[in-house]
Amino acid sequence: MDKPFAITLDVGSSLANKTGSWRTSRPVYLDRLPPCNNACPAGENIQAWLFHAEGGDYEAAWRELTQNNPLPAVMGRVCYHPCEDACNRGKLDAAVGINSVERFLGDEAIKRGWKFPAPPKESGKRVLVVGAGPSGLSAAYHLRRLGHAVKVVDAGPMAGGMMRFGIPKYRLPRDVLDAEVKRIADLGVEFEYNRKVENIRDTMTEGKFDAVFLAVGAHIAKRAYIPAGEAAKMLDAVSVLRDMEGEEKPMLGRRVVVYGGGNTALDVARTAKRLGASEAIIVYRRNREKMPAHDFEVEEALQEGVMIKWLSTIKNMANEGTLTVEKMKLDEKGFPQPTGEFETLEADSLVLALGQDVDLSLLEGVPGLAIKDGTVQVAPNMMTGYPGIFAGGDMVPSERTVTVAVGHGKKAARNIDAWLAGGTYEPAPKHELADFEKLNAWYYTDASKTVRPMLDIVRRTSTFDEVVSGLDETNALFEARRCLSCGNCFECDNCYGVCPDNSVIKLGPGKRFEFNYDYCKGCGICVSECPCGAIKMVPETI
Amino acid sequence: MEMQTVKFYQTGTFTVGNRLLDENERSVQANMERTNSLNSGHRACQGCGEALGARYAIDAAMRVTGDKLIAVNATGCLEVFSTPYPETSWQIPWIHSLFGNAAAVASGVAAAMRVTGRSDVRVVAQGGDGGTTDIGFGCLSGMFERNDDVLYICYDNEAYMNTGVQRSSATPPAARTATTMAVGKEPGNVFGTGKNVPLIAMAHHIPYVATASVANLRDLEFKVTRAMNVHGARYVHIHVPCPLGWGSAPADTIKVARMAVESGLFPLFEAEHGEVTGRTRIRHKVPVTEYLKLQKRFAHLFGKTPDQERLDQIQAIADKNIRTFGLIDTELAHG
Repeated sequence: MDKPFAITLDVGSSLANKTGSWRTSRPVYLDRLPPCNNACPAGENIQAWLFHAEGGDYEAAWRELTQNNPLPAVMGRVCYHPCEDACNRGKLDAAVGINSVERFLGDEAIKRGWKFPAPPKESGKRVLVVGAGPSGLSAAYHLRRLGHAVKVVDAGPMAGGMMRFGIPKYRLPRDVLDAEVKRIADLGVEFEYNRKVENIRDTMTEGKFDAVFLAVGAHIAKRAYIPAGEAAKMLDAVSVLRDMEGEEKPMLGRRVVVYGGGNTALDVARTAKRLGASEAIIVYRRNREKMPAHDFEVEEALQEGVMIKWLSTIKNMANEGTLTVEKMKLDEKGFPQPTGEFETLEADSLVLALGQDVDLSLLEGVPGLAIKDGTVQVAPNMMTGYPGIFAGGDMVPSERTVTVAVGHGKKAARNIDAWLAGGTYEPAPKHELADFEKLNAWYYTDASKTVRPMLDIVRRTSTFDEVVSGLDETNALFEARRCLSCGNCFECDNCYGVCPDNSVIKLGPGKRFEFNYDYCKGCGICVSECPCGAIKMVPETI
Repeated sequence: MEMQTVKFYQTGTFTVGNRLLDENERSVQANMERTNSLNSGHRACQGCGEALGARYAIDAAMRVTGDKLIAVNATGCLEVFSTPYPETSWQIPWIHSLFGNAAAVASGVAAAMRVTGRSDVRVVAQGGDGGTTDIGFGCLSGMFERNDDVLYICYDNEAYMNTGVQRSSATPPAARTATTMAVGKEPGNVFGTGKNVPLIAMAHHIPYVATASVANLRDLEFKVTRAMNVHGARYVHIHVPCPLGWGSAPADTIKVARMAVESGLFPLFEAEHGEVTGRTRIRHKVPVTEYLKLQKRFAHLFGKTPDQERLDQIQAIADKNIRTFGLIDTELAHG
C-alpha cells in the first residue's frame, strides 16, 4: 500500500484497452483483378510482371510473364493490346504502354539468353500438336512444362505459322520469331516440318499419342466471284504474304488494288508499297468506322501513302487491268447497298483479302466432331466431340489474332494435362474487378506515355525494316512505373502510415501487411487512402 | 531516339512509403521501427485526425532527437483520450499540467534541462486549438517572446471537441458548433472573427513557424524535422480534421484535410524570423465546395437553395490565401 493518496491502480499501457471491440466493420486486404489482366486474351498476369519490372528486376518480370505466354518478343510486336484499351491509367493521362514493356522484356530475354526451366518431372504421356503457329507453340510449351513429351508437326517448312507466313517482316522480324521458337525447342519439344497430317486418328495411333491438340491456321483464302479477263492478274492475300517468305517475291506491278477491309488487306497494301508500287489502293465496301482493321494500322498505312477507297465494290476486271467499281451507300442498319454509280480504276494487279478458311481435311472420318461455318466446335475445355482431340486458334470459333491463339494453346494445355490425369481442370475463381472507382488516383504522379519511336516515313516505305522500334532500359522502366498496380498491393505503406490506431502491421519487403484487429476501430481511412484498391471494408458478424 | 532522363517513381513521395526509393529517402512513418509515440489502445474516435497528426509529428521529432524528447501536453482531446488513468498511450516522457499553461510548463522543462546540463534533451509542447489559440495564448506568447527552446505544436481541429464541439478562436466562418448554431440571419460562426496564430507567431519574429496537414505526411515530417534542427521558440500548426465535430465520415479524414489544402483554405507555408520562406504548392486546385460538402457543420450552406453568398465569401478567403502565399506556381500553371 505504498501508492499515493486515492490511487489504487498501477500505471499501465493503453494496450490493455482493446479498441477493436468498437468496430462494426473491418478492413480486409484482397487482390482485385486488374482490368489489363481481365482483358488479356492470353491470360497474362500483367500487373504482376510490371511489378517486377518497376523494381528493375527484368528477369523476374520475364519469368512471371512467361508463366502464361512463351512469346513476349513476338507479342510485344504483333499483339493488338486490348490490355491498354482497358488500362485504368487511360482515365488519368494515357494507358500504360504495356505492349512496349512486354517487347522490351522479350528482347532483353533474347539478348541475355534467358531459358525456361526444365519440367520438374516427366509424366510419361505423349501429346501431338498439329500446327506450329502461335496456338500450337503455346500449347506445346505449356504441355512440356507440365512434364509431357510433345511433338509438333507442321505442313510448312518452318515454325511460326501465320506469324511467319501472314505477318509482314516490318511488323515481326524473323530473327525474333526464330529465337522464341528455339527457346521452346530447347525445352525438349520435338518439331517436324513439311509434314501435312492427312488423317488425325491414324497419326495418333501410329505415334502412340495419348492426346492431340489441333492448331491449324487459316491459310486458305476466301474467294469472291469477280468476272475477269484471262490476262487479268488476280491474286489472294494469303499467297502474296506467303510468297514474301520465299526466294521469288510476288510481282504486283506499279498499281496495286487490294480488295477487303481487314488487317490482312492493310498488310498487303503496305507490303506492295515496300515492293515498289507507286499506288496501293484499298477498296472497301463500307466506311472507316465499320472497317474491321485496327485504327493504328490504318493510320500507319495512310502515313505511308496507301490510299483507301471507301464504300466501293469491285464488279469486274478487264484484261488490260481496268477495274469497274460500284459506289455503295450504307443503309440505316449500316449495311452497304449498291447505288448504280460506276467508275473505273487502273490496276496492274488485284489482290483479294476477303478473309481466310482453315483446311479441315485431316478431320475426315473422325466420329463425334461438329463442324459449323468452317470451324470445329469445342467444349469449354477446348476438347472436340472426340475424346482426346482438342482444338484451338483459327480452327475454333473465335477472334483470329495471335494473342487469342496463344491463350487457346495455354487453356488447351491445362485441360489436356487434367484430362490425361483423368480429371478436369478447374481454373481459379476470378477476383472482383479493380475498376477505376476502386482507386485513389491522387497518389499517382503525373507522367505521360513514352511513345515508341517510329521509323522515318521514307525509310519504312522503301524497306522491310521494323516500323516501330523498342524502348531502351530507362524508358521501359519509366513506362513500367506508370502502372497503377490496380487491385494489387504494391507496398506503398499508405495503410501502415494513415492508421490513427497503429493497427496495421508492416511485415517487411515482399510480405505486405496485416491488420491488428485488437485495436482497429474500423474507421476505414486505410481503404479510402489505398491508392490501388487492395483493401475493402466488410461488416463484422456478431 | 530521345532519352528519358526524368526520375519517376510511380507514386513518388505522395504515398507514405515507396519501395522504389532508397531507404534513407523514405518517411519516418514508413519505417517498421518507428516509435509509435502515441500507441494503440487510445480512446480517440474512429478516424481521429488529431491522433494521427500527433503520432506523425512526435515520431518525426523523436527521430531527429534520437529519442531524447519530453512532451508537455495541454488539456484537450489529445490529453484525455491518451491518458485516462491508469493507462497511457504515450511511449515517450510526457507531462500534463493545466489547460492553459502548456507553453509555460514547457519553458520550465527546457530551463530544467539547461540547468541540469542535459542540452541533448529537447522539449515539445502540444495542445489543441482551444488550449493554444484561446486559453493558453498568454503563456504561448510569453514563450515566443522569451525565445525559449521549445517546439510548440498546435493540432487544430477548429473547436473544443472534447467538451462537446464549442466554438474556439480557430473555428472558421459559417461552421456550425454547439455555440454557433446554424440558425438565424447569419447561421454558424460569424465571418470576420477568430485569429490566425501562425501569423501571430510570425509577428514574434521567432526562428521558425510552419503550417502542416495530416494530408501531406512528407511535408509535415519535413517541417517538424526542420523545427527540431533549430533552437529557440518554434511553432508548427497542424490541420487535423475531427470526424465527430465536423460531421465528416471517419474514412474521409485525410480526404477532408487534403481538400482544405487543395482549395487554398488551409495554406501550407514556412516562415523564418517573421518572414515567409516557403510554401507548398497546390497540386490540383479544387473549389471550396469540395471541402465544405464533406462536412455536416457546413450542411446549411447547401441543400435545395445553396447559400451562394457565404460560399462566395469562403471562396474569396481561399483565393486570398492562394494570392498571399503564392500557392499556385503561375509559371508552371497551364490551362
